[in-house]
Amino acid sequence: MSFIEFKNVWQRYGDHVVLEGLNLQIEEGEFCTLVGASGCGKSTFLRMLLGQETPAKGEILLDGKTLAAEPDQSRGVVFQKYSVFPHLTVLENVVIGMEFSASPFWGRFLGSKKKEARRKATEILQRVGLEHHLHQYPSALSGGMQQRLAIAQALIAQPRILLLDEPFGALDPGIRKDMHALMLALCKETKLTVFMVTHDLSEGFHLGTRLMVFDKVRVDPHAPKAYGARITYDIKLNQDRHKQQEQVAILPSHVLKQTN
Amino acid sequence: MRLINQNPSKGTRWMLAIIPMMLIAIVYLVNSHLRLVDNPEDKLLPSVSQMVDAVKLMAFTEDPSTGSYLMLDDTLASLKRLGLGLAIVAFLGLMLGILLGAIPLVRASLSPLVGVISMVPPLAILPILFIVFGLDELSKVMLIVIGLTPMLARDLEQRARELPKEIIIKAQTLGANSWTVMIRVILPQLLARLLTSLRLLMGSAWLFLISAEAISATEGLGYRIFLVRRYLAMDVILPYVLWITLLAWLTDYALKKLHHLCFPWAEGAGA
Repeated sequence: MSFIEFKNVWQRYGDHVVLEGLNLQIEEGEFCTLVGASGCGKSTFLRMLLGQETPAKGEILLDGKTLAAEPDQSRGVVFQKYSVFPHLTVLENVVIGMEFSASPFWGRFLGSKKKEARRKATEILQRVGLEHHLHQYPSALSGGMQQRLAIAQALIAQPRILLLDEPFGALDPGIRKDMHALMLALCKETKLTVFMVTHDLSEGFHLGTRLMVFDKVRVDPHAPKAYGARITYDIKLNQDRHKQQEQVAILPSHVLKQTN
Repeated sequence: MRLINQNPSKGTRWMLAIIPMMLIAIVYLVNSHLRLVDNPEDKLLPSVSQMVDAVKLMAFTEDPSTGSYLMLDDTLASLKRLGLGLAIVAFLGLMLGILLGAIPLVRASLSPLVGVISMVPPLAILPILFIVFGLDELSKVMLIVIGLTPMLARDLEQRARELPKEIIIKAQTLGANSWTVMIRVILPQLLARLLTSLRLLMGSAWLFLISAEAISATEGLGYRIFLVRRYLAMDVILPYVLWITLLAWLTDYALKKLHHLCFPWAEGAGA
């Protein structure tokens, strides 16, 4: 049995079919990068995994059980924007990630528990390089630092799945490289299963252990909304660079163009 | 340079701000003088010295029978009603705003009702308040509460719904339940908005207070100006109006400072 399983999953909004007939098996610890043209349902795919949307047809199984229809602690998320709480400092933003699950009524720690939580939070913030900004508010941080904070915050709740919706899309190239290194290091340390939507094909190859290309197979020019996207290429990436290059070579040119 | 690009320097800004006020003062003083020369008994535009005398009498002369100072008593009475009313408004508005904004089931059930109630002109139901709550303090406070709570609740509901949904989802992925999302994510952010909303509602609050006092009271700033109106006592009314304006301005300033102090994260970038 796979960790996550998609069984003939469809998603549509009214008459607009977004995704059709998805069948997938994903093992624990895989880093899946999702690429494809805009409007190809990558974010929809992510939202279904998050529980923000439920499939119109078919089902998604997590550990053999139907996925909960609302976001919960098993799935962490980092969005492109608005991923951190603006009214909390950097440290509080991470501490709250522990407080929510441990304190269902007050939603906060007091006394020694608080000290311990702050210590843990400081540790992980050190890990993402924010130890000198503990008491600043997110609005005082740069875009890259905000995303680091969002990642630290998501990881502190110890999710089994991490969903990233173009997390580095708004960052400039140098910072993006730093973030890639950080992501790879963090994934090595944990058994996290990651899904990341990206517009950058090279980012997808660099980070992922599995690359999924979303594309429309059937197009009716008279009814462009009648058919949805499928996963047209599902490539297992491995350390063997040559094999990887061969696999890139077989991608049709329109896919390469759309995603670069 | 185009007009839209010409920004005044700090000094010029002050000067530009003062000029219109000076003009109004000059127009007043000239006309007051002309009328008083014409008829020393004229009451419509009292001179500065007449107003100073009136203030001395109202504010700094002990009432021989009660031993109190009239203007101080009026001010305290009005501020007590206003403060109590606004405190209740803030509390109820915040509760309602959070519930309406955060819980779709509550919103579906109560939002239309709040919308309808906020359309009722509060002064139109003042007689009902007098009948139901009597002519005492309660009905004046209730006018402020009934007049402002729906407005505040709707405003805060809107703010709560404008919070990026990513924030709410993020909280859930961190293990929050409905209650903790409300108290730790929505409430703190609405508190910041509450102070701003209250500043905007202060004008209406004074309006309701003075209307209620004008109709039925035994003390209060609004009561006093409507009382002395019978004697055309502009020398009392004008200083009272200035005093009310000053109080309103001070409250506004205090709320602004409080916002600055309590919610440093809400300033500037707003991200």
